[in-house]
Amino acid sequence: MAISKFNYNSFNVTPVAGKALSFNSDADGFSTAGASSMVLIKTLTASSSSTLSFVHGSSSVVLDDTYPVYLFKLINIHSSGDSVTMKVNFRDGGSAYDASKTSTYFRTSHRENDTETVFGYAGGGDLANATGEQQISGGLGNGNDESGSGHMYLFNPSSTTFVKHFFGVTQAVAATPQTEQAFFGGYCNTTSAIDGVQFSLHGSNTMDAGTIKLYGIADS
Amino acid sequence: MALSKVDFNNINVTPAASKALKWNASANGFETGDIGGSMVLLKTLTASDEANRQFHTGTSGVVLDDTYSSYIWKFIDIHPETNAAQFTFNGSADAGSNYNVTKTTTHFAASHAEDNSEAQIAYDTGRDLAQQTGAQNISNEVGSGNDECGVGTLQLFNPSSTTFVKHFICTTNFYHASDLVLNNYIAGYFNTTSAITGIIFSMSSGNFNGTIKMYGIL
Repeated sequence: MAISKFNYNSFNVTPVAGKALSFNSDADGFSTAGASSMVLIKTLTASSSSTLSFVHGSSSVVLDDTYPVYLFKLINIHSSGDSVTMKVNFRDGGSAYDASKTSTYFRTSHRENDTETVFGYAGGGDLANATGEQQISGGLGNGNDESGSGHMYLFNPSSTTFVKHFFGVTQAVAATPQTEQAFFGGYCNTTSAIDGVQFSLHGSNTMDAGTIKLYGIADS
Repeated sequence: MALSKVDFNNINVTPAASKALKWNASANGFETGDIGGSMVLLKTLTASDEANRQFHTGTSGVVLDDTYSSYIWKFIDIHPETNAAQFTFNGSADAGSNYNVTKTTTHFAASHAEDNSEAQIAYDTGRDLAQQTGAQNISNEVGSGNDECGVGTLQLFNPSSTTFVKHFICTTNFYHASDLVLNNYIAGYFNTTSAITGIIFSMSSGNFNGTIKMYGIL
């Protein structure tokens, strides 16, 4: 019995590497289509790490105009020290993470023993055209089961026209102990491209464990 | 020379718009479906000195029905032509003829000036809505300087429901005309049991530039 197989170039559509064969929007022909619009670019795992850095062109990291929006997910970041905040900074040329930023920071928290609840702006966590690190969490506890998680969006980092906006939310077991949710947003006040993002903990503390994943939100 | 091509309806499966052709679960035939991942880009609209941008189901490839459980829009570098204009959105329940669905919403924002003269978080009673049909403000007064713009995300849940109101959650970050950053949090619901079939984005005054992308979440 003859076996009839379709050849890749027998379909009335131009083959595109890595894309799937799909019906077009009118369902009367073929086209090519990609998978999900959220593409995992890189995973970094902490192991007594002072910093975790995502640098365009290094270790398969893409952080340019390939994607219009980038999303970082921080998963169970565990601090070596007690009551230590998570930080982020941005590279806008050269090797230093020192882009000038103006940002906001507010938080809500609730102690496990119910003795305190907080909701309010936290002036110690914001920046006013400053080049230092942006605080992105409350002070993490370092108990065995304590950690912090969250996410951060970075928009159009390669623009040389506009400032570069970022915003995010983190949730942590703070040292008190208490739950603490932090909300931060701001912009890198530069028209230079941002080509690197670095996460760290306050002071000389290290990330003993945890994962940070970088996703690109696809343009097409 | 004759070209031999496989026609779309020669495959033993019913064609479905924008769906992929993939092997079935038994790997003994074809079926249509989505391929990997749960976030699907549906449409990109670019504004270049435009008054508004509309996403209406059935128009220009836009899907806004029960195909997806929720929809996300991402605004990238929204830049107004008029200084201090405000970025807004509204919904349509009548096939895009009118964008005037009744809404009840909240709006709060954190702000911080570049010169450190102001830093606060506050509920904004001037930008929330109480059973009103006007556009929902999702920024503050946006600067129109060359490098000034705003970004954000809007998620709309189950827009085709004819049982429940339609909830939305929005977070934006804008460069304010007075040289400060504003991180805005907006949420609310279209208070109707009619399906929401269209979303419009516009400035409170004047035109705007930028890109808006619409995604479906499976």
